[in-house]
Amino acid sequence: MSDPVTALDGAVSDAGIATITEVPLQGMITLRGDLSTTAVKNAATGVAAVDMPGQGEANCVENRGICWMSPDEMLVLCPYETVAANIELMQKTLSDAHALAVNVSDARASFRVGGGRAREVIAKLCPVDLSPDAFKPGMFRRTRMAQVPAAFWMRDEDSFQIICFRSQAQYVFDLLTVAAQPGSEVNL
Amino acid sequence: MLSLTCPVCGVTAEETEFHGGGEAHLKRFGPGATDDDFEGYLFMRENPRGVHFERWRHAYGCGKWFHAARCTTTLQVFGTYAAQTYEPPKDICEKISGERPGWSWRLFK
Amino acid sequence: MSTRLVKGGRLLNRQKAMNFTFNGKQLRGCEGDTLASALLANDQMLVGRSFKYHRPRGVVASGAEEPNGLVNLGAEGKFEPNQRVTTTELFEGLSAQSQNHWPSLEFDVGAINSRLSRFLPAGFYYKMFIHPRPLWKHVYEPIIRHSAGLGRAPKARDVDTYEHYHFFCDVMVIGGGVAGLQAAKAAAQTGAKVLLVEQSAHWGGRAPVDGGSIDGAPVENFVEQTVAELQSMPNVTMRNRLMGAGVYDHGYVLGYEQLRDHCPEKPGPRQRLWRIRASHIVTATGAIERPLSFAGNDIPGVLLASAVRDYVVNYGVSAGDRTVVVTNNDDAYLTAFSLKDAGLSVPVIIDARVQAVDSPVMEQAKALGIRVMMGHAIASVKGSKRVTGVAICSQAGAGAVLEEIACDAVAMSGGWSPVVHLWSHCGGKLVWDVAQAHFRPDVDKAPTGADGQPFVTAAGAANGSLLLGDALGDGDQAGKLAASAAGYKVKQTACPVAESLEDAPMSPVWLMPQGAGIELRSKAWLDYQNDVKVSDVQLAAQEGFESVEHAKRYTTLGMATDQGKLSNINGLATLAGSLNTTIPQVGTTTFRPPYTPISMGAIAGEARGEVFQPLRRTPMHDWHDANGAHWEPVGHWRRPYCYQRAGESVNDAVMRETKNARENLGLLDASTLGKLIVKGPDAGKFLDMLYTNMMSTLKPGKCRYGLMCSENGFLIDDGVVARIDEDTFLCHTTTGGAERIHGHMEEWLQTEWWDWQVYVANVTEQYAQVAVVGPNARKALEKLGGMDVSKEALGFMEWADGELGGFKVRVYRISFSGELSYEIAVDAGQGQAFWDALMVVDHDLGVMPYGTEALHILRAEKGFIMIGDETDGTVIPQDLGLHWAISKKKEDFLGKRAQERSHMADPERWKLVGLETLSGSVLPDGAYALGDGENANGQKNMIGRVTSSYYSPNLEKGIAMGLVLHGPDRMGEVIEFPGTNGATYKARIVDPVFYDKEGEKGNV
Repeated sequence: MSDPVTALDGAVSDAGIATITEVPLQGMITLRGDLSTTAVKNAATGVAAVDMPGQGEANCVENRGICWMSPDEMLVLCPYETVAANIELMQKTLSDAHALAVNVSDARASFRVGGGRAREVIAKLCPVDLSPDAFKPGMFRRTRMAQVPAAFWMRDEDSFQIICFRSQAQYVFDLLTVAAQPGSEVNL
Repeated sequence: MLSLTCPVCGVTAEETEFHGGGEAHLKRFGPGATDDDFEGYLFMRENPRGVHFERWRHAYGCGKWFHAARCTTTLQVFGTYAAQTYEPPKDICEKISGERPGWSWRLFK
Repeated sequence: MSTRLVKGGRLLNRQKAMNFTFNGKQLRGCEGDTLASALLANDQMLVGRSFKYHRPRGVVASGAEEPNGLVNLGAEGKFEPNQRVTTTELFEGLSAQSQNHWPSLEFDVGAINSRLSRFLPAGFYYKMFIHPRPLWKHVYEPIIRHSAGLGRAPKARDVDTYEHYHFFCDVMVIGGGVAGLQAAKAAAQTGAKVLLVEQSAHWGGRAPVDGGSIDGAPVENFVEQTVAELQSMPNVTMRNRLMGAGVYDHGYVLGYEQLRDHCPEKPGPRQRLWRIRASHIVTATGAIERPLSFAGNDIPGVLLASAVRDYVVNYGVSAGDRTVVVTNNDDAYLTAFSLKDAGLSVPVIIDARVQAVDSPVMEQAKALGIRVMMGHAIASVKGSKRVTGVAICSQAGAGAVLEEIACDAVAMSGGWSPVVHLWSHCGGKLVWDVAQAHFRPDVDKAPTGADGQPFVTAAGAANGSLLLGDALGDGDQAGKLAASAAGYKVKQTACPVAESLEDAPMSPVWLMPQGAGIELRSKAWLDYQNDVKVSDVQLAAQEGFESVEHAKRYTTLGMATDQGKLSNINGLATLAGSLNTTIPQVGTTTFRPPYTPISMGAIAGEARGEVFQPLRRTPMHDWHDANGAHWEPVGHWRRPYCYQRAGESVNDAVMRETKNARENLGLLDASTLGKLIVKGPDAGKFLDMLYTNMMSTLKPGKCRYGLMCSENGFLIDDGVVARIDEDTFLCHTTTGGAERIHGHMEEWLQTEWWDWQVYVANVTEQYAQVAVVGPNARKALEKLGGMDVSKEALGFMEWADGELGGFKVRVYRISFSGELSYEIAVDAGQGQAFWDALMVVDHDLGVMPYGTEALHILRAEKGFIMIGDETDGTVIPQDLGLHWAISKKKEDFLGKRAQERSHMADPERWKLVGLETLSGSVLPDGAYALGDGENANGQKNMIGRVTSSYYSPNLEKGIAMGLVLHGPDRMGEVIEFPGTNGATYKARIVDPVFYDKEGEKGNV
């Protein structure tokens, strides 16, 4: 066993109008099931230690949280090294409920985009209304980032966290770097 | 470029987030079906000038399929609704009747 | 002479000089100049040559409608052709070259075409060059290609960067003139989120040039105040240098923002393409003045009256010392006043109208001592590269010259056409306004949006409200209407009031003089850029091209880069006249986006260089790259085709890798294979429907190869399914198939069998997967140690979880090579470390990575099919001899009913066989085998084709697979494949399994 690595080994790009940082190893569990049932809800909240988010929302605190992916899917965040144990815990909670919990921590890459212009950078790449009135902390959006699927939420007023597929990590990092190139402020 | 509201996740998004899936409300014919039924299921499609019912997948979003009732000439969207149904919901049919009196599509009116 | 005046120039900063070059000549302008005004200030009226006749062309307009002033701008990585001088802002060091001439702008050989123009009318090329046919390709086309064309295509890579920006608002106002400003303000006052864009660098549009007063103060005050007010409103976004390029379905608008074109030295993206969604759009895009059609109306020095005025007022530039004004409306009188005001001479205003009573501007002209000739026209303009005078005649007659007047500029006005482009882009209809002789938006036929309601409102001059007061009121109303349509409550607010002089009605004049003979008509230009004359359109009508769309294409009227902004209405009127019908009956051609050309760079946005396309990389990508990987694109993935060593060719590497995997130990990065978890009480039943074979009977711990067909019966994917536990399966797909098959599964689950209890998750990228292949495979894993991988513990087509070398792994004993083989999945974050551990496990084992080409050869040696090689979307499993993988027990599976159709069961379908050339050479991939006779089209009958073909280093000969008519029944027969090189390849039909037919190598 060797130490697991993220796709880009913690790459950082900070020469432009926003800072882009690859997020360290993050535990992620895809949980599919009937979200209205207590078993499934408890399986998610028991591991993430946060409340269930509503439709289109994310409840994330540090490296724990739950993101609403679809009416029958949650992305549960937890510390990377606790994933195996947490899946076991989930299975126990789920008991014989029809549900699916799988580890997708290594299947994803995650980035943080920070700074006052983070909204501008994301809005260059995603067909989403990112004005402060329309997209706020607590919301979660799955969408298209240039040519690949991605999802994001706001960690706070000034920073976003993005999740994409691991194989596309370099592409997404490069995209964000280009979108944040010096002199590219939109200045709304 | 169309703008559609996914009835599953509630997001209104531009067409590039979606993937069109052709005509809605097809009835599957499998083994034992007559050649005509099977041909109808596999190949025969409506190509209306006006009211149409079609399938869309929110491919870059929640990943779910849904149905849209749409006018192919004006691109007006009468409504979007769940894919897990055999016929368009009543309120959408009524809305279409208000906008396009006398419309019909396959068996629906 | 055109020159810089001592006074005036409201947009100039005279303190700041700017140097630039035109055709290498060093010139000087001021900050605030456009390239056009700076050229005129330097007396450079001649700016290019026309497309067909190479006639001298001067600046004719002052804005986006300019058809003549097109230049090659910049050099090398910043070179761009066909840039309009009128919209190019001057910057220090700008360099421009005129276009479409040889050898020089002043002396152009192609201008001979102009002398021959009577022999080169509309349709000349079509008629002349059609016979004899071969001459077109070899003689005519090369000559024409050499002489035609506008700017040069850029050769160097564009050094600039571009980007997109997504923006959403309630109301978008396009156009920052007084109507647009007022519309934006009226909309913003309701609380709506407003985006106001203006294509130029300045707010206010034409009004500050044209004068007038609003609420008793000069127009400029209104503009300044309104801009300041809007800037202070948090719900308003204002952007200069941002053109509304196109209006599309459901309120989608493309905005073209030029960020660095005027200051290229600053870092940052050059242009930004705004992708805007607006609930409601106000098009306050103004109007464009029309030229008048008189002989010589294209001679440099003939300009639009409004342009002459703009140059004087905005830039302190005179187009000439003595300017003759020719008009059919009151507006052009303002030009005479501006010129007079600047101390320039206006010898005469030639007004085609016959008025009973003078309008206020006529009185004013006379009071200023300007001679006004009513009911007169220009018979012809004198001069060649520059106006020297005009010959005057009666508008009513045929052009008998009454008088000649010397001048060096002509300011013409044929009336104004609203810019209806953006209104029309998405289906807005037009009505013909008889009084103003122009098309304007038909408010009852606006473009409609997703809700079926109108989503565009035209305002101001763009709506036909040409007078200042009307435009303001119109803008105010449009803004309120837009906000209301977007769901905001409109408060009653007062609209500023403008005073303007009462205008005398304009009078449509489509030809000057009205009875001009062919001599004059063939010198009266409609389309300056494409060289279309009044006589050409008349000829088109005569020859039967009566539809406006046909006449347009026959004459090329309006098809140049300016898309007929000046020429269309005059052309339509000419066509209507020729057909003895009315203009509305002739109708307009279709307005299509973009409004003016936008750069390809802006359209591409960020998608260039490294991020042109998303490359998908496996966890071991960098290792491959550092170890000689010769990359092969597989979908968006990059996979090593082979690993080249120093001094080795690609083919050498492939041969070495292929042999080594059979003789020692090969490692393949198989991470790209799709991995889908399918779980639930109905998972088995579901997979039975998706695969042609039975999956529900698979025991946990076991693997089974499966085929997937579309509902049409055709093979779409294959792969190994592993049963993890009672209700969980893991399905492998092909490399390109992960997302597609995941979508396929979700589609059937969501839209057909939505009551089945199954969940699917795509875990493809969770794992790095390594195929450990060859006689030494087991030894290698045993060296790593940690779990039992013996034949007894882990038999063929079994899988097990465990540890190897300290890594948590899942090991599948499956083989795509026929060798002893393990595919080992490890968490992606440890993929590289695991690969490293395998690479150094033991040198004696002969470990060596292999790429996709070796993989292909290894599988072909074993007769294993490859989706995409043996299949092409028309092949069913039965064609490939895969009957054993098609369940007969199952009542139903996707594709079953389709495969029962007569054509699918036809014994004449081509079937899979192996092929070996008699010489041992390699068959050309994709070659077709010839049969006897010909088909209905007189083509030779085909009886088969090669689907895969390789040189096998293990068998030391070429091997191939192919689909052949009655193939399996013709073992041993020799058939012929003609190659594209003239050679014919003779090949024997053989069993597709070339290597280790008994399968002993894997069974150890």
